[in-house]
Amino acid sequence: MDNIEIAGAKILFYIFGVPVTETQVNSLIVLALLFGLCLFLTHDLKVRPTSKRQLAAEWIVEKVTGLVRDNMGERFLGFAPFVAAILGLSACSSLLALVAMYPPTADLNTVLGWALLVFVMITYYKIRSSGPLGYLKGFTEPIVVFTPFNILGEIATPVSMAFRHFGNVVSGTVISALVYAALASLSTVLLGWLPGVLGRIPFLQIGLPAVLSIYFDLFSSCMQAFIFAMLTMLYIANAADTEEN
Amino acid sequence: MEMLTAKAIIMAGCAIGAGLALIAGIGPGIGEGYAVGKACEAIGRQPECKSSVTSTMILGCAIAETTGIYGFVTGLLLIFLAPNLFLRKL
Repeated sequence: MDNIEIAGAKILFYIFGVPVTETQVNSLIVLALLFGLCLFLTHDLKVRPTSKRQLAAEWIVEKVTGLVRDNMGERFLGFAPFVAAILGLSACSSLLALVAMYPPTADLNTVLGWALLVFVMITYYKIRSSGPLGYLKGFTEPIVVFTPFNILGEIATPVSMAFRHFGNVVSGTVISALVYAALASLSTVLLGWLPGVLGRIPFLQIGLPAVLSIYFDLFSSCMQAFIFAMLTMLYIANAADTEEN
Repeated sequence: MEMLTAKAIIMAGCAIGAGLALIAGIGPGIGEGYAVGKACEAIGRQPECKSSVTSTMILGCAIAETTGIYGFVTGLLLIFLAPNLFLRKL
């Protein structure tokens, strides 16, 4: 078990002295996949749908606008493309682990970037609804001594969103790597007596990692993407609603 | 006492820290168990709301899991990254 290496993203090559990591290459692959999917789904639209492709596209749009309407109200329907983009990117990036590629969300930079984007939007809506002075005064409620705690809670919002997503994906990849290494060493102990090259193939690696992968890769990816999108919607709706108080 | 070099102390500290970090797993266990119990009560009181209650419960459990994941990631970092990091600074 001493030849496993658990580290961050590998640097693949350098462009003009700037390192390009696996994260960036795989993110571009995810972008190309999603772009191709969008082009495929919206290819030949008719008023009365006659193809299953158009029904699938309409189902996706209905589900996302239904989510946005339930959680943010009617006036924020313009956010539906943003929420759909976050859902699609997050789910596709984490599901790359199913095909043994390095998922871009296993790098904290990706997820922290999305969380900072959401944080900028939350701050913008808070300042827009209560003015810059009202925003700063909001930190001193209910008592002035609470100010450091309020500031800490404000910073904790994007940090906790990012770390929740990152922690779930990384723990899945680390546990898969450890299970593979353990099964390989178990296989050499139990099946090492087979003649020739058969004794070196780790047969015990068939089966068990796939079962674990159903939870860690399939279920956990979709769940974390959904939670990231839900938290985005709830925080922004909450920030914009402070003007009604 | 010759075995108590600085390297041994660093490795021991990392191992003990990793074990202590995973005590954070108690919290989500208790909290999510309580939430599931409340969800079962709600389903018992109103069986036709089962799917809505179930999806709300799963969403809430995944958010309550966050602090447990913090502890888990800290334990992983201590076992796999910390020894190299601290030994290089010796």
